[in-house]
Amino acid sequence: MQSTMQKLRQLNLSQYVVYIGFLLIFLFFAVTLGNDGFLTQRNLTNIILQTAPITIMAIGLVFVLAAGEIDLSFGSIVAVAALSSAVVLGEYPLFVGVLAGLGVGLAIGFFNGILVAYLRLPSFLVTLATMGLFAGVARSMTNLRSVPVLNESFVNMFGSGALFGVPSLVLWTIGAVALGHFVFRETKFGAHVLATGDNARAAQVTGIKVPHIRVWVLTICGGLAGLAGLLYAGRLQAARYTLGESDLMTVIAAVIIGGTALKGGKGTIIGALVGSLMMGMLNNGLILMGLSVSDQMIVRGVIILIAVAISLRDVNN
Amino acid sequence: MDLSNNQAADVLQLKNIHKAFGGVVAIEDFSLNLKAGEIVALVGDNGAGKSTLIKIVSGVHAPTSGTIAIDGQQTSFKDATEARASGIEVVYQDLALADEQAVYMNMFLGREKTKGPFGQLDRKGMVQETEQLVKELDVRIPSAKTTIRNLSGGQRQGVAIARATHWATKLVLLDEPTAALGVAETAKVEENVAALKERNLAVLIISHSLDQVFRLSDRICVLRRGQQIGVRETAKTDKNEIVSMITGV
Ligand SMILES: Nc1ncnc2c1ncn2[C@@H]1O[C@H](COP(=O)(O)OP(=O)(O)OP(=O)(O)O)[C@@H](O)[C@H]1O
Ligand SMILES: [Mg+2]
Repeated sequence: MQSTMQKLRQLNLSQYVVYIGFLLIFLFFAVTLGNDGFLTQRNLTNIILQTAPITIMAIGLVFVLAAGEIDLSFGSIVAVAALSSAVVLGEYPLFVGVLAGLGVGLAIGFFNGILVAYLRLPSFLVTLATMGLFAGVARSMTNLRSVPVLNESFVNMFGSGALFGVPSLVLWTIGAVALGHFVFRETKFGAHVLATGDNARAAQVTGIKVPHIRVWVLTICGGLAGLAGLLYAGRLQAARYTLGESDLMTVIAAVIIGGTALKGGKGTIIGALVGSLMMGMLNNGLILMGLSVSDQMIVRGVIILIAVAISLRDVNN
Repeated sequence: MDLSNNQAADVLQLKNIHKAFGGVVAIEDFSLNLKAGEIVALVGDNGAGKSTLIKIVSGVHAPTSGTIAIDGQQTSFKDATEARASGIEVVYQDLALADEQAVYMNMFLGREKTKGPFGQLDRKGMVQETEQLVKELDVRIPSAKTTIRNLSGGQRQGVAIARATHWATKLVLLDEPTAALGVAETAKVEENVAALKERNLAVLIISHSLDQVFRLSDRICVLRRGQQIGVRETAKTDKNEIVSMITGV
């Protein structure tokens, strides 16, 4: 009897907030927007497709937050990576363009990581600075012009294509979530990321190379932001400096609501996936409800605030 | 009088250890030998240099001069990882545990067991070994899967000592392991320390409680402001002598 009580108390509510929230929002839109096309297969698929880049970025952010750091620069990386890829694809074959986008993402993430791990600058300040820096780079790269992506195989692979009837964006999402979950949950590296974010000194004295972990998580986050950039460029068949610009809040909210701790030591990739889908569904539903853009922003902000408050509630207790 | 043979039996030999931080001399000239299965207590007032000495032995600090030998082999550890690889484990004053992780993950922190072609964590194996170890040492925790955050101070220190017990092959260093604990919890931790001796490990323990020192140790080594005042066999000294050595009056 007492042990049941104890178990109940130890049961961490924040882990389930995202699933309950997801269901509630889904039911709400299903009832109120059932006749406005919310429940059509086409609309539901659309939500998943639009959420793909968010999910990919969220996976990277789980690694960073779990390690006790933060990345604010991934939105800017998305734009720089997408533009790099689009520009290179204008003259070179597919794989060079892909490498350009991913390489730029990895390189910027690595740069963040070196500054954080070896100069011991706070990641909040480092990535705040690189966020601004690379937003500027993205603007000046093409003088604010958008660059069309005409390479068909690229568009198939990262945008409108499909394999065995499954849209490529869904495949990227599944692949990244599966790999991310495996690395995070099942490998030594994942355990060391959590230990570093939980108690860096304890991790250090047990022989974990804490600086390496910090470089790795920020590099992973940069690389995944690069991939998100490719997915945007593929779906829109163009790259533009505005890509990823407004994703910062959405991704952070998705990850926190998903059950990852802002202070490190705790994280879940599956939670981040459901959190991302929840944010995508919210966007979609609010548009279908006919809210103006400014009203959408307000409602979304309020809902994020409530969800984050519930998620963080038992951390404070 | 086979001196060389006698020395070979010593797990740890510290000779003329000197340590200065910039202009501050933390350890003057320290020499001590420890045998397997022996508990030596290190006592002295605040700032005497006790923690510094343990950090030198565990590879956190390098001595300014002097030598360290393990099993008669002179060594100089580059970092704590190297010391650990030589079978030296430390239980820190402020616990080096990751609060949000489970007991078994802390037990294997940095040395996780893996299996399979992709190096997956062997959680089952780690849980089993942890459960066996905490049972052997009688560390009373709900389960190996409990999160550290949900344990009491004594249970946490029990886990930290169990970890040291599991990994140490030669020497365990403890820096005030019961400083934050109540009476019953302290007794439990003392049992765990005594169990280290039964496993034939050498133990160097820092404590401010003379009662504890007299309960546990074979010898007592006194430091005062970085100076080694002397080493006494516990059975052949008393509290008055140790107190006067500590305070210098
Ligand atoms: N990293 C360091 N840099 C500079 N001085 C240090 C450093 N570590 C310790 N000291 C100094 O060395 C001296 C010995 O400190 P130490 O921590 O070893 O004392 P202690 O005997 O463990 O004391 P306590 O009982 O309070 O834990 C002190 O004067 C301290 O200020
Ligand atoms: Mg001390």
